[in-house]
Amino acid sequence: MYLFKYIMKRIGLMLMTFFVIVTMCFILVKLLPNTPAAQFGKDMALILKRRELLGYDLPILQQYGRFLKYAFKGNFGIGETYKLGNEVWTVFKNRLPYTMCLNLVTISFSIPLGLLLGIFAALKKNKWEDHVISTGVMIFVSVPSFVYAFLVQYILYFKLGWSSATVDVSAGAWSWTFVKSAIPAVISMSFGTIAGFARYTRAELTEVLTSEIMLLARTKGLTRSQATFRHALRNSMVPIFPMILGEFISIMSGSLIIEQIFTIPGVGELYIGSIQAQPAPDYNFFMLLTIFYTFIGLAAGIVIDISYGIIDPRIRMGAK
Amino acid sequence: MENKTDIMNIPADQFVIADKEGYIHDVKLETKPVGYFRDAFRRFKKNKSSVVAAIIIIILVLFAIIGPFLVHGNYHDAYVSSTALVNYKYLIPKVSFLEGTGIWDGTKTEEISDNKYNMYRAMEIELGYPAMTDILSERVQKDVFGKETKLYKVRTDSYHSQTIITMTLTSQMYQDILKWQDETGLQVILPRSNSQGYDLNPSCWFVADKKGNAKLDANGNFVPDYFTTGEDDYTSSVRLDSDPGKTDPNAANRYRYAQRTGTAETGYNYVVRLHPFNYFQYMFGFEPCFIFGTDGSGYDIFDRLSNGARFSFLLAIVVSAINLTIGAIYGAIEGYYGGAVDMIMERISDILSGVPFTVVTVLFSLHLSSKVGIVPSLLFAFVMTGWIGMASNVRMQFYRFKNQEYVLSARTLGASDLRIMFKHIFPNSLGTIITSCVLVIPGVIFSETSLTYLGIVNLGSARLSSIGSMLSAGQGCMTTAPHVILFPAVFIALLEISFNLFGNGLRDAFNPSLRGSED
Repeated sequence: MYLFKYIMKRIGLMLMTFFVIVTMCFILVKLLPNTPAAQFGKDMALILKRRELLGYDLPILQQYGRFLKYAFKGNFGIGETYKLGNEVWTVFKNRLPYTMCLNLVTISFSIPLGLLLGIFAALKKNKWEDHVISTGVMIFVSVPSFVYAFLVQYILYFKLGWSSATVDVSAGAWSWTFVKSAIPAVISMSFGTIAGFARYTRAELTEVLTSEIMLLARTKGLTRSQATFRHALRNSMVPIFPMILGEFISIMSGSLIIEQIFTIPGVGELYIGSIQAQPAPDYNFFMLLTIFYTFIGLAAGIVIDISYGIIDPRIRMGAK
Repeated sequence: MENKTDIMNIPADQFVIADKEGYIHDVKLETKPVGYFRDAFRRFKKNKSSVVAAIIIIILVLFAIIGPFLVHGNYHDAYVSSTALVNYKYLIPKVSFLEGTGIWDGTKTEEISDNKYNMYRAMEIELGYPAMTDILSERVQKDVFGKETKLYKVRTDSYHSQTIITMTLTSQMYQDILKWQDETGLQVILPRSNSQGYDLNPSCWFVADKKGNAKLDANGNFVPDYFTTGEDDYTSSVRLDSDPGKTDPNAANRYRYAQRTGTAETGYNYVVRLHPFNYFQYMFGFEPCFIFGTDGSGYDIFDRLSNGARFSFLLAIVVSAINLTIGAIYGAIEGYYGGAVDMIMERISDILSGVPFTVVTVLFSLHLSSKVGIVPSLLFAFVMTGWIGMASNVRMQFYRFKNQEYVLSARTLGASDLRIMFKHIFPNSLGTIITSCVLVIPGVIFSETSLTYLGIVNLGSARLSSIGSMLSAGQGCMTTAPHVILFPAVFIALLEISFNLFGNGLRDAFNPSLRGSED
């Protein structure tokens, strides 16, 4: 029962944090100059009328009330400087699948690969296999993703000509055409994930392998592989499984840089586009995406925390 | 054996008083005391990869500090009037002592058409420097209509294959160049050619057809097509070898070096063709040789990179120092007092850390960059959320130490809260704090590079540069000039790897529980 109470408490706290952040961002955005001249359309009287109807000259808190009311119905306004006149929510909804598809493909092979490499390195600790893997992991964890994105782009596209420079979106997000054309992006994104998981798995597994439960398992007559599979692996998965869950939550947020480099029409590109729109950033897009990124970040954190408690009864955080 | 068992009956005269004068003192320790930091340093030295990483970091920092002083000041100052540099864009990296080796000597392999091949040969004749250092192979290509084109694979010297500059000079500038020519003997101003008649290519000085294909004479030589009429007021004795004016400056068919426009009353102007290599020397006072090459605007990449690196390091160190100060105070208060104070302060930092970093940066740069400038606003954004990690670190340490006996004894002796916090507890957590301070630096540099690469924060200008904007500029010309992106990318990769290795080594060294485990 206290698990349920714990989860409720965490979710309640998260929603509170979320609400405060959204309020803060809304007020900060509304404090920015948002002049009529920067709006679309030519007829000034019409523009002013539209702004009046949208409540742009009301006090900020009143505007915030309206914003929340409409936002719950999925209405975040329309693009004013970026994607002129398009409904913000619709544009966002159309972008999301590309980001999700890309990330899903990436983690679907990079997590297993990372785990395998990590397990292998831990089992071969301090042998040459371990040194090779650890060095590779060190490099791929440290080097920023854009550096090897450039390298992948240079080799796959310019030198070998195996892929195109931009992705093919003609068949939609959930299609082989898109995935195939996004292979360079998938490869560049997977390096970091593989390396991260390999490092973490290796560290956890080495710790379990040297612990006393392993000695007990061997003493009672299990072979080394039996002990490793039945006891060490399962125990080392305790902190790793929440990490995998967190990774699945954040498939939606994606990578700003990778999407920019490979011009993938995802959420990240939308975000950059709305910030860099001329003559002023598009505040409606910016608000929606701020809410989105904040929510994903908080949700990933809470899912990780709760799953810790579910998987391992020893760690019931917050439970007295 | 016997005298040992007979211990009860030792005669009294066998006893000697060990020390007649006073007490026996402990012998003073001859070895030096090993303190916390000395011990950490000793263990750090054992970790070879971290030591190497530390050396690489020192080299990179030296590059950032000294680099801007190693470049030629004239060229750096010319950034502001960047039009002068456009003629020297995409120069390939060159180190002067590697000249002619094929590696890092300013040359690149490219496949060029017959037309361009002839152009390069002609440039060599006119300019006096070889545009091609090596001819590797040639082949014939047939297009869909069956027309054959001859293709050459050559190594071109990017420093000597730059297009000739056409420029209009004032009378004063013209005379200055002529004077400089006589002093140094280097040809800067080239004779006017009839190239406009062919393909508008200012490098073309020979008879050619409309497409710029050279019409060679019977011996396979180029036929010069220079102007031999008109006024040019050319007084310098430096002339082309083929110029009849070389032997007789007053010959009627001597080459004309400029096209004079304007009238004597308003002052003459001169339209000239300029030798790109020698004009560079005239302008900046040194022979062009860029160790990292130049980018698409003609900027020196070495200069830009070291400037950008200096900015990144400065930003990272300042952010790290401010984070340390705020985080230490905040975390100390949280950890020491605990209870309700801790809960409220934790909520505040929870909320702040929930805001995505890009959102913070965008809001800060929108709000502040017009008021305080772009760099301070970036700094604020980093500090805004950056201290949270440090605070939670310090908080953990305080929770660990605050209930220990030595703290209790200090309190019993009447030490104030502040004194206990910063005199007794804080020094104990110094190791962890130093490590996280060091690990903040690569994080800040990475974020700054990402932000400038994405263009969320725009730091690129004539004077200021950042690694991120260099990367995004280099991405556009990855096929034609890969060196533009290579150097910033290598720099950031090296920096991140070595900082992470260094930080890990430091963490292990400061962790007393690992003492002896490596041996």
